[in-house]
Amino acid sequence: MIIFQNVSKVYTDSLVALDKVNFKVQSGEFVSVVGKSGAGKSTVVRLLIGEEKPTKGQIFFGSYEVNKLKTNELPEFRRHVGVIFQDFRLLAKKTVFENVSFALEVSGRPQKEINEFVPQVLEMVGLKEKTKSFPTELSGGERQRVAIARAMINRPDLIIADEPTGNLDPLNTWEVIKILTKINELGSTVILATHDKEVINTLGQRVITLENGQVIKDEANGRFLIG
Amino acid sequence: MVTLSRIIKYGVQAFLRNGWLSVSTISIMILAALVFEGLIIFNVVGKSAIQSIQDKIDISVYFKSNVAEDSILSIKRSLENLSEVKQVDYISREQALDNFKSRHENEDAITQALNELDSNPLLASLNIKAKDPHEYGTIADYLQNQNLKDQIEKVTYAQNQVVIERLIALIDTLKNTGITLTVFLSFLAIMVTFNTIRLAIFSNSDQIGIMRLVGASNKFIQGPYVVEGVLYGVISAIISFVILIPIVGFLSPYINNFIPEMSLSSYFNNSVWQLLLYQLAFCVGVGILSSSIAIRRYLRT
Repeated sequence: MIIFQNVSKVYTDSLVALDKVNFKVQSGEFVSVVGKSGAGKSTVVRLLIGEEKPTKGQIFFGSYEVNKLKTNELPEFRRHVGVIFQDFRLLAKKTVFENVSFALEVSGRPQKEINEFVPQVLEMVGLKEKTKSFPTELSGGERQRVAIARAMINRPDLIIADEPTGNLDPLNTWEVIKILTKINELGSTVILATHDKEVINTLGQRVITLENGQVIKDEANGRFLIG
Repeated sequence: MVTLSRIIKYGVQAFLRNGWLSVSTISIMILAALVFEGLIIFNVVGKSAIQSIQDKIDISVYFKSNVAEDSILSIKRSLENLSEVKQVDYISREQALDNFKSRHENEDAITQALNELDSNPLLASLNIKAKDPHEYGTIADYLQNQNLKDQIEKVTYAQNQVVIERLIALIDTLKNTGITLTVFLSFLAIMVTFNTIRLAIFSNSDQIGIMRLVGASNKFIQGPYVVEGVLYGVISAIISFVILIPIVGFLSPYINNFIPEMSLSSYFNNSVWQLLLYQLAFCVGVGILSSSIAIRRYLRT
């Protein structure tokens, strides 16, 4: 379960990214966080993965109190969370296989397991034929699928996707959304931050709407209603 | 163990895949290493140049012909007890004559002139070498103050004082220049290497952020860079050493002209492993240190 409890993030007096945000996400849910640019979606993501600390409030994820994690505790925590970004964030000097296996290697998994898991996951995202390619040799959609494979390789309890379809054409957008839905069906909680109206309206899942750093709507079967 | 082998694997992989970045870092490190080696050799050559000048400086005390050998030897012993004195050699009148004859063996006029004399015209002397050339003045003063005036014919210090002082000044300048140059150029070599490695890591800083997001611990991020640093060090040490070999061969005869006692080639051949070890220690040390320091600032968030 994820809990945001009275969370505020203030950069400067005139720049309040989040203002007393409260919400809970049960495990296994698929939740979209929507809002215009600057509404606070990415701040929610950064706080949730411990990249930044809230100015006020508490953030819980399972047994972790994320806002209290120390720098040296973050690596272990992040192995329970898979993150997908708009700009893919792949390791440019590593092949598709190595980008995915890296996430397992850093958590000390044995080589045998890695050789078994990585091809399975790459097959699931449809990249079985591209294991030896470098990110620069892939299309945007393929890169995002590598990022998804990397995010799910550790079988994390939570997948966070921050505008994962922002750089993709409609066809690849639906590919990515389909994979995210599949991951959710396999049991992972998914949090999707996006401003893609069509995606939200088609998903028919819970939607939390942010505006000026505040939650203005939280609906079980939400639709994208802002501009 | 698994972690260590993975860290080494990443390091070697990054080194190979970084291609031109590795090549340019290594080229800079080769230059730095050559400066470092140059300094070692400069110091060795400088030391033997100074030694060779110092060995040529001495003072001689000539005794009047009526002074008995025993009293000269007792003066010798008292000189040897001085802490400033390194060595005192007694040259008797006969030995002085022998030395003189052998020096002028082929000069008939001198040999003839000597033969015509019925007595030995040369004087017995003590040849004194100081531990430190600055001490010759003190030793000369000591001889003056010992009430030996009636026994001593002359002390060469007085006539050579200007030359000795100039040589001492030269030696001091050489030493100071050597130290300054060593400190300055070593610092330069280290800074250039450090900044090159820092730039190489800076160009990878976004990758470091990604590794953190995936849950890599600091040792997993830092380790491969340190491994790269070691590889940079080992490779540049070896290449620079290979470059150095013909340079030493080329310079050796020239240095030999200036300092006959010094053979750079044989010094190099005798201490080849030691020099290579210094070189490796310098390069690998700077490589590891630079990587570790440069990466630290990216590990804080």
